[in-house]
Amino acid sequence: MAVVDTTAQSTTGVPQVLASKVERPSEGWTSWVTTTDHKKIGIMYIVTTLVFFVLGGIEALMMRLQLGAANNTLLSPEVYNALFTIHGTTMVFLFVVPIMAGFGNYFVPLMIGARDMSFPKLNALSFWLLLSGGIVFYASIFFSPPEVAWTAYAPLSGAAYSPSGGVDAWIFLVHLTGLSSLVGAVNFYATIAHMRAPGMGWGRMPLFVWTILIYAILLILALPVIAGAATMLLTDRHFGTTYFVPGQGDPLLWQHLFWFFGHPEVYIMVLPAFGIISEVLPVFARKPIFGYKAIAAATVVIAFLGLLVWAHHMFTTPSPSVVLIFFMLSSFLIAIPTGVKMFNWIATLWRGTIVFKPPLLFAAAFLSLFLIGGISGIFLAIFPIDWQLHDTYFVVAHFHYVIVGGAVFAIFSGLYYWFPKMTGRMPNERLAQISLVTMYVGFTMTFLIQHSLGLDGMPRRIYEYQDIGNLELYNQISTAGSFVLGIGIFISFYNFIRSLKKGAVAGPDPWLANTLEWFTPSPPPQNNFDEVPRVRSIEPMKDIRRQVERQSGIVSDDREPARS
Amino acid sequence: MPPRTRRFSPATTGRAPRDRAVRRPRNTIPAALAPTATYPNLRRTLLAALTLAGLGLLVFAGAASADLLTPESGGSPNADDIDTLYKIVLVLAFIIFFAVEGVLVYSLVKYRHRKGAVAAQIHGNTRLEIGWTVGAAVLLVVLGGVTFAMLGDIRNPPDSDAAGYDGPGVVQVANAASGDRQPPNGKSLRIQVNGQQYLWRYTYADGDDNRLNNVFSYTDMVVPTGTTVTLEIKAQDVIHSWWIPELGGKFDAVPGHTNYTWFKVPADKAGTTFRGQCAELCGRNHANMLANVRAVTPEEFEAWLAGKKRAIETGNRDVVEQRKQLFPTEEDQVTEDSAVNPTP
Repeated sequence: MAVVDTTAQSTTGVPQVLASKVERPSEGWTSWVTTTDHKKIGIMYIVTTLVFFVLGGIEALMMRLQLGAANNTLLSPEVYNALFTIHGTTMVFLFVVPIMAGFGNYFVPLMIGARDMSFPKLNALSFWLLLSGGIVFYASIFFSPPEVAWTAYAPLSGAAYSPSGGVDAWIFLVHLTGLSSLVGAVNFYATIAHMRAPGMGWGRMPLFVWTILIYAILLILALPVIAGAATMLLTDRHFGTTYFVPGQGDPLLWQHLFWFFGHPEVYIMVLPAFGIISEVLPVFARKPIFGYKAIAAATVVIAFLGLLVWAHHMFTTPSPSVVLIFFMLSSFLIAIPTGVKMFNWIATLWRGTIVFKPPLLFAAAFLSLFLIGGISGIFLAIFPIDWQLHDTYFVVAHFHYVIVGGAVFAIFSGLYYWFPKMTGRMPNERLAQISLVTMYVGFTMTFLIQHSLGLDGMPRRIYEYQDIGNLELYNQISTAGSFVLGIGIFISFYNFIRSLKKGAVAGPDPWLANTLEWFTPSPPPQNNFDEVPRVRSIEPMKDIRRQVERQSGIVSDDREPARS
Repeated sequence: MPPRTRRFSPATTGRAPRDRAVRRPRNTIPAALAPTATYPNLRRTLLAALTLAGLGLLVFAGAASADLLTPESGGSPNADDIDTLYKIVLVLAFIIFFAVEGVLVYSLVKYRHRKGAVAAQIHGNTRLEIGWTVGAAVLLVVLGGVTFAMLGDIRNPPDSDAAGYDGPGVVQVANAASGDRQPPNGKSLRIQVNGQQYLWRYTYADGDDNRLNNVFSYTDMVVPTGTTVTLEIKAQDVIHSWWIPELGGKFDAVPGHTNYTWFKVPADKAGTTFRGQCAELCGRNHANMLANVRAVTPEEFEAWLAGKKRAIETGNRDVVEQRKQLFPTEEDQVTEDSAVNPTP
């Protein structure tokens, strides 16, 4: 039995029984199918969701091609309607939400000093449920894909107006991915609540773990609502109930239920992105995060308010004044914690020594783009202004600034940041820079002009338009930009695949980072930690490096003054 | 105390921090973090990109019409008020945008890694943090105040001009529903808008409850200038959304519900056609569900309404005649009204 040194200066771990039996690790493809290792599951999540991201991107490019000319006849309206339905559903249910679960799976246990998730088998189950949801949904393109948009508004999604099986495929996707996320959320919650390293109180938990915790709570609160609503839609369609049938039920009920889930879903997508940014900025500014408590608290407040703003998606429906005013004011309120985060991130950069590595480049792009998405959100929150902007390309621009400019740039920041940890190799920096600039230019070309498209009177979800005003010009700029954006994304993917073999060997902690995942080798062994260090601050790796320096007398970098 | 560095080495790796540290000379950062030679290039690239973006913006601002940055307006006071409100928010938005992006770019450039630079180890600043939280809140209170101040003008219709139209079709709505806002004198030209896949149908009020003998039209709505028009928006199949950008915001047509809005085209806009279309996905031909509002002088409107009424009556009679010839035995089942007006 080791002697446990509990003095304040010690990072000595707590002795634990590591293994009672050693099994031969399985190899080959069966090791992936049968695995319950959170890291393998995390990688399967990330790879699967990136494949869906590519599919969703191809759908987007097809739509942009169709809109590249006024009165274009490239795609038929049924194909176009199916494309935006599948694109939206894919990006929300099969890419952004689950890739956050992928990052969470891989890094939450590592960051909190755990050897796996609380329930490893449930963890595997949630991945396989996600994959089956994706397959069920995509199989519908060989029969009759849904054409009702990712919001599936009743009565259009009812049996009378959408008799084919496409909407049912959508419902099953919602059920399967919802179950997957629920199981995953319970697992995250249990893991974070119970498996943190000794010394890691709530106030020392990495901010990414904070956001995954809130992500899990929001999923648990919001998903049952959409699961119930989708089930009601299913029974309306096939078993004669009339929940959403005009006159007997109410189509507006669907909108309330959908957005009660749908708006928290936005924060489910974007909060973990905030978490990635909160990890990346301090590492590359070589400076502690500014206002740790404020950022963690803002996450909680955003999540709470996020549950109270749903009807701002319904400002044009026949709703009483008090509803319009309440949801305008609650949407205003949510701008405050979001603004606090933005200011704290910029203050983290202030007076740092910023090292422009790929993760930081993408994080900086996130800050500049997400700001625009936040500001355009204020316009939409003011309901009389929303009466003009609702369901136009202004809204399309707004949420792409939030979800692509926000979440996707943060995802790329996270991919570059953690690529060395997951693969043991460094990604190529030059390619990352080229990819960033291409993506930034392409994204801005595609979506900035879409604000003007909306202001110029172009509604969403139309497969053709007449060339009135500048509509065709604006659309051509947007279409050209979307291909530039696609090339930028492709360069990063090429970079990742190339670096798997050719990248420089990373070593355990190439970025001199702050959190415990960098305490392990890259990639980490199956048990993660032979010894779990005691955590004394929100930056345990900094403490560990400092202690090494103190004891060895060797300074490992130029951030700390030399100690004698 | 003996060195215990091994204890803190990354688990199961042979590469202890000590080894790593020894290999690097003092006061340098690890290879992966070392500033690469691309920094000047990066700055130049950034500068070039910013210049390009700025130039591009200028070109657009010159080439594009006024609606590049603001919503459409000019056809009705509510659209104009929304436009004004939008512009107020836009000014505030630009100030916030340039301030925040400015500080961001400044920090990125000013505090980039330089040899020998040491990052300030600041963990926070409570006063500053409370300051910007309160600042953001104050800004939103201002926005809320401006919105409430303008809300009345946007939602409440004014009276028709003295020279406006005041003939058949102008009604006083008794017991208006809560969302159904009426002008102070209660008189407006009342039109029921009915969304259906993939058409808009307009039924002009005629003062009685029988909707079967009203004047109606599809797609093209004709209205008199200088006259307050109130709309009663319904749908008969799926959800649609009524939107003529220059005449104000959009209002959903939801089956089972009635939505209300209004507009008043200024007198000098006679002869203008305002274009719009359905703004809520309603099926495959959603993109083709167009709506036009043609503004004419009150005199022209009176003539159009009378002509339309005659045309509908003639049409109904002709249909009845035709049916009598085709189905002589069913003649008593067909009335003039139900022939052309199957859905009131």
